[in-house]
Amino acid sequence: MNKLSSRTRQALTAPFSVWMAIFVLVPIGLVVYYALTDATGGFTLSNLASIWEYRSTYLVSIELALVATVICLIMAYPLAYSISRMKAHSQSTMVLLVMLPMWMNFLIRTYAWMTILEDTGLINTFIKSVLSLVGYEFEGFSMINTNGAIVLGMVYNFLPYMILPIYTVLTKIDHSIIEAARDLGANGFHIFTKVLLPQSIPGIISGITMVFVPAVSTFVISKLLGGGMTYLIGDVIENYFLGNTGEVNYNVGAALSLVLMILILISSGIMNHFDKDVEPDGGAKK
Amino acid sequence: MANNIIDLRNISVTFDGEQILKNLNLQIEDKEFLTLLGPSGCGKTTTLRIIAGFLQPDSGDVIFDGKLINGVPAHKRQVNTIFQRYALFTHLNVFENIAFGLRIKKTPEKEIKATVTEMLNLVNLKGFETRNINTLSGGQQQRVAIARALAVRPRVLLLDEPLGALDLKLRKDMQNELKNIQQRLGITFIYVTHDQEEALSMSDKIVVMNNGVIQQIGTPIDIYNEPENAFVADFIGESNIVDGVMKEDFICEFSGATFNCLDKGFGKNEAVDVVVRPEDVDVVPFEQGMLRGTVTSVTFKGVHFEIIVDIGGFKWMIQSTDEQFVGDNIGLYIEPDAIHIMKKSEYSGLYGDFSSFSEEFDELSDVNAEQEEQDDE
Repeated sequence: MNKLSSRTRQALTAPFSVWMAIFVLVPIGLVVYYALTDATGGFTLSNLASIWEYRSTYLVSIELALVATVICLIMAYPLAYSISRMKAHSQSTMVLLVMLPMWMNFLIRTYAWMTILEDTGLINTFIKSVLSLVGYEFEGFSMINTNGAIVLGMVYNFLPYMILPIYTVLTKIDHSIIEAARDLGANGFHIFTKVLLPQSIPGIISGITMVFVPAVSTFVISKLLGGGMTYLIGDVIENYFLGNTGEVNYNVGAALSLVLMILILISSGIMNHFDKDVEPDGGAKK
Repeated sequence: MANNIIDLRNISVTFDGEQILKNLNLQIEDKEFLTLLGPSGCGKTTTLRIIAGFLQPDSGDVIFDGKLINGVPAHKRQVNTIFQRYALFTHLNVFENIAFGLRIKKTPEKEIKATVTEMLNLVNLKGFETRNINTLSGGQQQRVAIARALAVRPRVLLLDEPLGALDLKLRKDMQNELKNIQQRLGITFIYVTHDQEEALSMSDKIVVMNNGVIQQIGTPIDIYNEPENAFVADFIGESNIVDGVMKEDFICEFSGATFNCLDKGFGKNEAVDVVVRPEDVDVVPFEQGMLRGTVTSVTFKGVHFEIIVDIGGFKWMIQSTDEQFVGDNIGLYIEPDAIHIMKKSEYSGLYGDFSSFSEEFDELSDVNAEQEEQDDE
């Protein structure tokens, strides 16, 4: 293929660049601006200082997002592996099934979980009616409005984002390198730890990023399934901007967002560093 | 029999209702360089995979060093493979690739280091320890693959068309190098290729296969000079293969003339296939020819001219250093030792006439050929 001239290239990327500038760069600039100013527009660091009182909220957000990410990884990897070993036709069917929930709106799916987990929801009603048949009065589990429900919502909603990138790297692994490992004496465990896992690190990393980032900043899942019992940092930020529970304060909200962004950037940086370790740079070029 | 390292007995394999290997029997001697040669889909790679342990035969026995190893998985066999596309671990550097098998065996670090260094010297890659696999050329990657397989000290090295992806000159160098390595280490090499020239120049013994059946086993010289049937004669080198009749011992008749030959032991007036190699035919003036014909095409090949001569409707190929011209009437002279007589076989009449394109060309333009290759793997 011919190389595009720089002018053509600019023309082709222009729509995207303009889009990014208006809807990403400008908003980020606004976030930084609001975070560093007070209500009158003067420079201040007090917004950033006020995040200290939300440190436990940050911690809970990170903790729940981490738990959800780990559960996603544990569930996604074996599934992605077995899909990648299926016949081509079954593979596309399975990938379709994995993506199927994504065809429905995120909110609707989360609302659906509410009706399932509620005290008078699907699960409890079912168990109660079964137990009442044998004459046992059952109070029902309290499932909704717990951290467990929030994690469940995160796992349910973000699992495909873990499966797909891992599946993609696994399909790209040449089967002959697995045979080569076996040929050199590797048993199943060795093949997994010494070949498959290291070769699939890039997929695992993008999977973790794609699950952790939306999970750590979510406010919908915690609101619907956590019922306001657990505040995540996303909820706090939403409240500052919408004033659901108190005063509207763009400045503190922006400061909280900025810190969250920085935390995510740092963790992405750490993840990418792992990736680099696995693929050492080439040393001398031939 | 005692020094057979591998003994394949009555091996049959079927994939999707198609029989890939039909009752194959093959003894492989210790320390020999044996080549499985044949067109794509002939079952050569399947045979290799059975020896490696990647594939279990539907029936038959695999015997290694006197012991039945049918159910033994690949990672427990003293056999290592060089794969067609190298199959190197791209997440590891050169050193770790070569050390892979040793680390699994929990070899002491000091020994690993010594072995890797030794292997890198063996394949002429001294100083490449820390290089990333992706920065190596195809030839260098192939050397790493060889070093990696040899580092675990296999008794038998299996090579599956290892030079197929390299360019011609590098391929020739690697052929010599592989042969050297095999002789220096004194281990058995089982080499799979569809390149007859590669097979002839490297092997101690060649096994010619087609359609899952061994056609002939022999030294390169035997295979070339004394092909068993029309398939072997055509696949190895160029051949004119014509219908003939064995009048009696040492006398045969073909293309309307009678010739002295060196073959005997056929029935009186038995119908046979006669092979004459293009380089064994001498061009003589028309009147002096044992056979006479008209030149229909001349191609300059560098070392010689490739001349197609029409003799009674059958096109002969002749290689001669003297230029001829299309339309010339020429005579052909054939020495008795240039004539090779073969029994009639299922391949009689299929090969050896140069009036059409070659078999290889048919294969190139055959969309199914690639598919067969895939199935073969």
